[in-house]
Amino acid sequence: MVQKKLTEISGDKEPVKEVIKAEELAKKQREISVAEFFAKNRHLLGFDNPRKALLTTIKEAVDNSLDACEEMRVPPDIIVMVSPLEGKEASVADRFLISVEDNGPGIVKQQVPRIFAKLLYGSKFHTMKMSRGQQGIGISAAGMYGQLTTGKPVKITTRISPKKPAMYYELHIDTKKNEPEILKEEETAWDKDHGTRVSIELEAKYVKGRQSVEEYLKQTAIANPHASIIYFSPESQKVDFPRATKDLPMEPKAIKPHPYGVELGMLMNMLKETKARNLQAFLKQEFSRVSPRIAKEICQKAGLFENARPSRIATQEVDKLYKAVNETKIMAPPTNCLAPIGEELMLKGLKKEVNAEFYAAATRPPSVYRGNPFIVEAAVAYGGELPAEELVRVIRFANRVPLLYQQSACAVCKSILETNWRNYSISQSKGALPTAPMVIMVHMASVWVPFTSESKEAIAHYPEIIKEMKLALQECGRQLALFLSRRRKAEHEAKKKSYIETYLPHIGIALKDILSLKEEETKKIDKHLKEILEKHRGSEHDKDIE
Amino acid sequence: MTKTLSKIKESASDIYQKILKKKQPSMTFPLRVLNNVKYDPKKGFFELLGKTKIRTLSVNTVKTFAQTLRMMAISKDLLTTDDMATKREVYYVSKNWGDARFHEQVESDTVMDDVEAMFMVNREQLGFSADEHGGDVAGELIVIDKNPDTKKVIKIDCTKFGSGAYSIPTSVEHLEFETDAKFILAIETKGMFERLNRHNYWKKVHCVIVSMGGVPSRACRRFIRKLADEKKLPVYVFSDGDPYGWSSIYRTLKVGSGNAAHINEFFCVPQARFLGITAQDITDYKLPTHPLKDVDLKKIKDLFKNDPFIQSHKEWAKELKLLEQMGKRAEQQALAAHGLNFVMEKYLPQKLKHPEKFLP
Repeated sequence: MVQKKLTEISGDKEPVKEVIKAEELAKKQREISVAEFFAKNRHLLGFDNPRKALLTTIKEAVDNSLDACEEMRVPPDIIVMVSPLEGKEASVADRFLISVEDNGPGIVKQQVPRIFAKLLYGSKFHTMKMSRGQQGIGISAAGMYGQLTTGKPVKITTRISPKKPAMYYELHIDTKKNEPEILKEEETAWDKDHGTRVSIELEAKYVKGRQSVEEYLKQTAIANPHASIIYFSPESQKVDFPRATKDLPMEPKAIKPHPYGVELGMLMNMLKETKARNLQAFLKQEFSRVSPRIAKEICQKAGLFENARPSRIATQEVDKLYKAVNETKIMAPPTNCLAPIGEELMLKGLKKEVNAEFYAAATRPPSVYRGNPFIVEAAVAYGGELPAEELVRVIRFANRVPLLYQQSACAVCKSILETNWRNYSISQSKGALPTAPMVIMVHMASVWVPFTSESKEAIAHYPEIIKEMKLALQECGRQLALFLSRRRKAEHEAKKKSYIETYLPHIGIALKDILSLKEEETKKIDKHLKEILEKHRGSEHDKDIE
Repeated sequence: MTKTLSKIKESASDIYQKILKKKQPSMTFPLRVLNNVKYDPKKGFFELLGKTKIRTLSVNTVKTFAQTLRMMAISKDLLTTDDMATKREVYYVSKNWGDARFHEQVESDTVMDDVEAMFMVNREQLGFSADEHGGDVAGELIVIDKNPDTKKVIKIDCTKFGSGAYSIPTSVEHLEFETDAKFILAIETKGMFERLNRHNYWKKVHCVIVSMGGVPSRACRRFIRKLADEKKLPVYVFSDGDPYGWSSIYRTLKVGSGNAAHINEFFCVPQARFLGITAQDITDYKLPTHPLKDVDLKKIKDLFKNDPFIQSHKEWAKELKLLEQMGKRAEQQALAAHGLNFVMEKYLPQKLKHPEKFLP
């Protein structure tokens, strides 16, 4: 009955809809700028609410600073300041000024506006190289968020060399055109030789706890033991995260994309834009691990001429080419493009920020998912001041950047759940995180970390990635189990010893009573008994003998 | 007494010498469990097999080892001063031992039983005594005892306690008897004993009645044995018709227990025969019943499997099977369903006419 009614209704309405003319529709159709799109879809970038906006803004600025310093090969010195505005207390304020300062290379004059006030502008998207930022959305989106919520411009101070003056900018972003507007550009005095400071005023909310700025900076300090971070909180407290090493991570190298990691659409673009004259050269030049022989093989499999002009390859042929690529055996991509934290530094980072009794770390050899090389590392901190009866704390990193949101959607969480912690004497309810005084840290380093969304909060569930994560966790688990069994044994020994010492004297007393022994003789008994029991500790039990 | 004393000193000295040589000292006990006893109907009691337990001094045994030695030291003290201490008193003495003290009396009782077994003596020989009641006696019997102070002979006439009864002392070895009774009737419950005593039933049939009050104490067993042996009296047992009455009470009285296997020879009454209540009685006398509980059924299974007494008497095996099939049990007081004095007027007279039908 209801069903019928529904069809009737839809049957009635459909013709009405068709009355709207295509021409009328066309009047409404116009280009949407990226900036406009993101202004309306701010949640995609991690600006869902004022709480998250604060964190995301700091995160984007700190990521940029760390990347910049590492590119210049200087140990990063980063100062983060968050202050409430309008004279309110931190807990009730709804407007904050955020400023992040680094000792990086600074930014040349022409680039400043575009970097900070144009979405999708950056150096990182087009190279296959391990870096914190990827798409060039982050900091400009933060600036835009500030502008949308407070109307205030992004303020930048930057200096590229002690020989040149520091520059000060105030920038707006034209959301329709996705172009920067320079409100102010002037020389300024700055005591830094080189570096950049960005200040953004925005609507935000300050919270404490697991998803706080302080927690984010603390985790950043763990994964970046070479960085020094000083944080001035909205409550005017200074928190110091000192560096644990002066050694910078190995500089990651840029690589060309591996054929397996390229999607059809991207392949089409590459064909259009390449400078290569023919198909074989295109394959050889634009991709890693494609030798002339492999290129030839791909062409043959696709049924295409090696000498075909790349830009002339038609849609249908691209399809064939794509298939052929995936049917050809190609060597795994080079992995020297990755810079893992390393076991030693992970331990250093954890030790300085987490007060525990035992630490273990494991860095896996490089592996590949969809043509993208990656390395997984894991570390655990156990015992000490960590709460014993709670679920373990998971801290996740992608290219050294802490991930604070959407833990349960992340491959890290899935890998921990799928690891059988009971094998390592850690209790774990079915389908839950283990319960232990433990922090589990997992880091994925890759030229392209597959996030589940643009706000970069959770790593996608690729089987290859989960497999590597589990292997790293298992390695840490084995080390932990060894520690736990040793500790149990030591506790057991100590207990035994006190047990023996409690009851031994009574043997002497009884023998003294029965045999009327002298004091020295009784003492001798005690001494000998101790020796006897030390020697035979736990080896003998009550025995039943026929 | 001095024999036990020298055994204690010998054993302590052995341990001392071993310790001086830095060797692990050990103590050997016979295993006090049913599967370490054998039953020969001709001998009439549970005898120990050779299984022993060696308690070697180690981390796991250090506490019990120390406690056993200290228990021996108490015994040595009692024997040298010719004193006695009850089991409960010994338990309280241990409270001076600091961490080695006993937390419950069962623990000290177990260690005491170990020491008994180790020297193959009964607890009285170690200077210990039971704190359980010994059992009540009434009927045509004169017990000859001594005044503990004056050592003067006292004759106790068990017909002259009125509605009360003579109470069996913890040690019975010095007692002598005068009697013209024809048999001893050992009764499980105090209630049944009182009914028979109130009506002077023992006068009617010329007997001695004893209330065991559940599982008979060692003193009670020894008293009945001594009386029956010396006066050549048959012993008839009247208990509930259930596995507990048959095995824990009747069998313990007759042949002893696994736990006290080291002293069964003296603390048993091999001449005892079982009057009732039998499984057949339940049908014959239309007794009100209760269903057998899980513990009863488990006990029956256990008896078939482990009890050498049941295994060597097919009559008892038959009886247990019958009860198991019926799935019922009956208490001796169930006879009251046919009138309070039915037991004296009908049940016992009918039973006593055919002592040859009593179960072994």
